[in-house]
Amino acid sequence: MNTLSRGIILFLGLILLWETLVITFSIPPYILPTPLEVFNSLFVHKNLLCSEAMTTITETLLGLILGILFGCATALCMVFFRPITLWLLPILLISQAIPTFAIAPLLVIWLGYGMSSKIATTVLMLFFPITSAFFDGLRRTDKGWLDLAKTMQAKKWRVFWYIRIPAALPSLASGMRVATAIAPIGAVVGEWVGASKGLGYLMLNSNERMQIDLMFAALITLIVFSLLLYFSVDKLLRKLIPWQIEA
Amino acid sequence: MNHHAAPTIVVENASLKFENKTVFQDLNLTLQGGKLTCLLGASGVGKTSLLRLIAGLSEPDFKGNTAQAGNLISYMAQTDLLLPWLTVLDNVLLGSTLRGSTSPREKAHELLANVGLGSALNLFPRELSGGMRQRAALARTLIEDTNVVIMDEPFSALDAITRYNLQTLAAELLRDRTVFLVTHDPLEALRIADEIYIMSGSPASLHSPFTLKTKTPREISSEELLELQPILFTELLKASETTV
Repeated sequence: MNTLSRGIILFLGLILLWETLVITFSIPPYILPTPLEVFNSLFVHKNLLCSEAMTTITETLLGLILGILFGCATALCMVFFRPITLWLLPILLISQAIPTFAIAPLLVIWLGYGMSSKIATTVLMLFFPITSAFFDGLRRTDKGWLDLAKTMQAKKWRVFWYIRIPAALPSLASGMRVATAIAPIGAVVGEWVGASKGLGYLMLNSNERMQIDLMFAALITLIVFSLLLYFSVDKLLRKLIPWQIEA
Repeated sequence: MNHHAAPTIVVENASLKFENKTVFQDLNLTLQGGKLTCLLGASGVGKTSLLRLIAGLSEPDFKGNTAQAGNLISYMAQTDLLLPWLTVLDNVLLGSTLRGSTSPREKAHELLANVGLGSALNLFPRELSGGMRQRAALARTLIEDTNVVIMDEPFSALDAITRYNLQTLAAELLRDRTVFLVTHDPLEALRIADEIYIMSGSPASLHSPFTLKTKTPREISSEELLELQPILFTELLKASETTV
């Protein structure tokens, strides 16, 4: 049995269990709707879900791109200017020690209800795994390669560009995978704290109106998007950095 | 390049301490110009440290003189050190890339053909066998076209037949250069060396070298090789007793 068919069977089994549970215990739909009601809601509200999803997707992707750029830049700074590392590292650690939920309301006050506060939340959540992974990769260049470069009378920045950076890419890629997995969470957390658009906002809103079926529909949309994003990024990274398996 | 100019390298009074342990002290070694010198010895005796010293790869707490200053060297290690993100051709051209000089592409093609990789130019290292990878590393070493070549157990990770073929190839292509090759395989030394040193003891010292007269690479059945083999083995056995 392959992974796909096992996945489908597991999925259908869970749906069946859910349906049975709701019917057996006659759970009211404002507590737990049946899967059928959720799918119905998915279909009925497809336009709404799509437009709200677009907002969340844009926030996630922009947050992810900016987070990767910011994370890489921080790692490069730390490698190039060693003394900065000593000052930068505590700030980085503090930024990670504060729960995103605690700082997200502040970001909304500073950056407004629009997209920028959500992007900022996302960036804040994911730049650290990027920085840490890339920095580690840059520091752990195979000593043999550096010796070889030295005997070749290599120029320092050329060693950096042609050896140290490519050698750090597999490490950066694992940081990017982690970041991709948490990026949608960052966007949704940002939306929960204060927004007028997006899947997070829709979930909160439908929760208040007891439209639990719509809330589930939004949740499913978010899961599907998150999975698609993760697997696309994973596939892209494998294609772009084929040497990561042996490294 | 004029290989007759291959320099003689003299190491004088070399001493090395590592974490308060003296690896070797007042070591003297002469690498004859245009000859291949092998260094034999047990693992951990300090062979690689001495090699790194001659290669100009910094070791802490080193004292002494080496006369290699000003001589460009090329270096080949036990692992091929091929960059996995570059093709075989680009790996061979790595030196010029890292120096920012023009790439001798035609020469790279020629050398890769010489080491039997003429049809593997655009393959990546992961697509090659161990022997092919080490041949690519040999081509990368040769393209540097330096008069001095330093090799650290370059064939030790290969199977016996691949190793034999590569020794033959290396001995032919490295002729008339000053080569320093560290190995733990006495047969390898007997096949391709002009001079053989044995390193032993703690702190390590060097025995007076064996000098071989016949042309390299020697056949397994070479008279000189067969004659020296038991003597060299006996010396190595004695050396291993003083090292432990």
